[in-house]
Amino acid sequence: MRTTRTVAGIAVLALALSACGGAGESDGGGQQAADSAVGVTKDAVVIGTHQPLTGPAAPGYSKISVGARAVYQAINDGGGINGRKIDYKVEDDGYNPTKTVEVVKKLVLQDKVFAIVGGLGTPTHSKVVDYLNSEGVPDLLVSSGALAWDNPQKSPMTFGYQLDYAREGKIQGKYVKDTFAGKKIGYFTQNDDIGRDTQAGLDQFVKDQTVARQGYDSANTDVTPQLSALKAAGAEVVVCECIPAFTALAILAAAKIGYKPQFVVSSIGADPATLSGLLQDFAKRGGASVSSAQLLNGLIGTGYLPDVAQTSDPWVAYFKGIHDKYIPKEPLTNTLFYGMVQAYTFGQALKAAGPDPTRQKIVDAMSSGALKGPGLTPFGFSKDSHSGYTGAYVFKINPDTTTTVIQPPSVTDRGTGAITPYSGERATPEQVNLLGR
Amino acid sequence: MTVRTSIPETRVEPVTKKRTVPPLLRHVLFALGAFAVVVVLTLVTDEFTNLRIATIGYYLVAVAGLTLLTGLTGQVSLGHGAFMFIGAYTVALLVRRVPSFPLWADLLLASAAGGLAGLLAGAAAARLRGPYLAGATLALAVGLPALTRRFQDFLGGSNGLSFTVHSRPAGIGVPELRWQTWIVWLSVLIALVLVLNIVRGRLGRDFRAVRDDEVAASLGGIAVGRTKILAFLISAVCGGLAGGLQAFLLGTAAPGSFTPALSLSLLAAVVLGGLGSLWGALWGAVALVYFQAWSEDLADALHLNTDVANNLPLAVYGVILIVVVLAFPRGIQGGFQRLRGLLRRSAEKKENHENH
Repeated sequence: MRTTRTVAGIAVLALALSACGGAGESDGGGQQAADSAVGVTKDAVVIGTHQPLTGPAAPGYSKISVGARAVYQAINDGGGINGRKIDYKVEDDGYNPTKTVEVVKKLVLQDKVFAIVGGLGTPTHSKVVDYLNSEGVPDLLVSSGALAWDNPQKSPMTFGYQLDYAREGKIQGKYVKDTFAGKKIGYFTQNDDIGRDTQAGLDQFVKDQTVARQGYDSANTDVTPQLSALKAAGAEVVVCECIPAFTALAILAAAKIGYKPQFVVSSIGADPATLSGLLQDFAKRGGASVSSAQLLNGLIGTGYLPDVAQTSDPWVAYFKGIHDKYIPKEPLTNTLFYGMVQAYTFGQALKAAGPDPTRQKIVDAMSSGALKGPGLTPFGFSKDSHSGYTGAYVFKINPDTTTTVIQPPSVTDRGTGAITPYSGERATPEQVNLLGR
Repeated sequence: MTVRTSIPETRVEPVTKKRTVPPLLRHVLFALGAFAVVVVLTLVTDEFTNLRIATIGYYLVAVAGLTLLTGLTGQVSLGHGAFMFIGAYTVALLVRRVPSFPLWADLLLASAAGGLAGLLAGAAAARLRGPYLAGATLALAVGLPALTRRFQDFLGGSNGLSFTVHSRPAGIGVPELRWQTWIVWLSVLIALVLVLNIVRGRLGRDFRAVRDDEVAASLGGIAVGRTKILAFLISAVCGGLAGGLQAFLLGTAAPGSFTPALSLSLLAAVVLGGLGSLWGALWGAVALVYFQAWSEDLADALHLNTDVANNLPLAVYGVILIVVVLAFPRGIQGGFQRLRGLLRRSAEKKENHENH
């Protein structure tokens, strides 16, 4: 009797709910008016970001917002952009997508940010792209090389920042094919977009030479089985599409089993300063001491920003000035530098948006193609492309952990287009004159 | 009723019959009242607070399920995050692959999927007890999210799945988050009414009998194993629903959200709120959402380094847990009860005093 009543009760409530229609059906909801200027006042612009300050991705990556904050401070001390100071709100998502959704909604609804700048991570940021676009919030310079950010039709407010993984795979593939003709090649890749997208690029060039493909999950730090398999397959060159921690683990695992391949590492995991620290740290935990300089010597990597060790570069010198003034205690790594360049690039876009910025104006400024960043290759931003940096140079790590460029910057597309050397001039800090009036 | 030896129903009629409303109706009325409170709360708070209220809602149903399992049946589960994981992925897959399904069907299927997993886990768990059971359920929380990497194309790998759930009927001028909060709480309250009826009914008595003494319970004609499995099933249904609601609310299902830490937090919330009381589940869920938010704000305000900031929220939560349990062994709800008892006694004393 009671059961019948219960079931009837559920049925009635279920029917009431069924009026809502299909859960996955498009509601055709229009984008909110983009001419709004939420977060912009007479003397400030509020922006926000989500970063892994804690959790598995925090080592290394937690320094990105430190670098960015220093640049915003420098901008504010220089009078701001068009008289407005930048109020930079950093929310910690712990690299947990659920938290990302929560903190981004907090930034949009409670802090009323003008834009999200440099939201970090593919698994995390991919969960908020739809939300930001449907709310009409500019989603600028996403910190990830996934292809998903470059989709102006579906996500008109979202713009990439990094060189995307497919382009980087192509440039690596071509370099490896030209330099190591006839040698056996193995892939060691992260089991997500990073691995999938880069392999698509690599395979265009070195598919025939490839003898083994091994993947890793960031949850499992024992990579000896994968490196053993690469050794057994006779791979002489190992292309490593790994975040810094796993580049270091792969190098250590190879050393442990007496395997000495030529490592070729993507920009996301090839920062010598960060790698040195991680190698020492991991070896110490394993009860050994290693010479990171010796382990890193000869490692080949790709990059699109100038290396912080290249002090003769005008941009490195410029940012080193900000570093020395605002965060002298933080080691100046390429990861910190990444955040500094990103913040500077946002400053450029905000300036280009004019004295009365609106959300639509900053999106237009981003798409104008006028942003000439501190990077060594150009941005792909235009009306039809929201792609960040479009190419890379190849470098080798020297015995003293400095780097030498062994192939100058070249650019390419995300499809099957050619790879062409890039010879465009970079504007100097004086020419960009972000803080000039 | 198969082997139940018929105990003569000795119904002791209460001397003064205070309550004439049948329990189901009473629970439904109470739920309607609670829903009205939630609606008013969402109307007077901003949209982001709405999100927090909705978050409390789905944690509440998960914690309530765990309360039924741990507080009432005495089975400890360290793996309840796994059922939330199943619920979240069920909703994610349904929304993406069968977009024409209405939301309530998605949520029902999410609960069913959680329940199915709970049935299997419960069948194994019924043979285990104490630390062995805790270990087995922990393995569930550790192992299950790895499925996403095994079936990358289907479950989206480490990236997980993202989607947008459209539940707001056209023409309703309510902000999306407010509407979602209502849906979450409506689902939660329906589930709670059912759980409350079970707790107050014969099955609830069986649960408590099994918890207090398994031998005595089986002598009393209760099929101990089946009762334990049922408890697992019901609490896993709650877990599945909670996960489904989370996916609905946030539009995401990713393995990084369902770490063993989530399962442990849920259990801690049960203890903190008050073992074995559904009111306790509410306090536990509130604590889970707000203590975390406050301690993160604290870590943020103090500009701590990564290692400290990493652990501060958990440390604060742990300290609060220890303090509450030391002060009120039966959790926050136990504290409230004691407070009420004290007030009543002092009122009686006062009354006596005045009478003399």
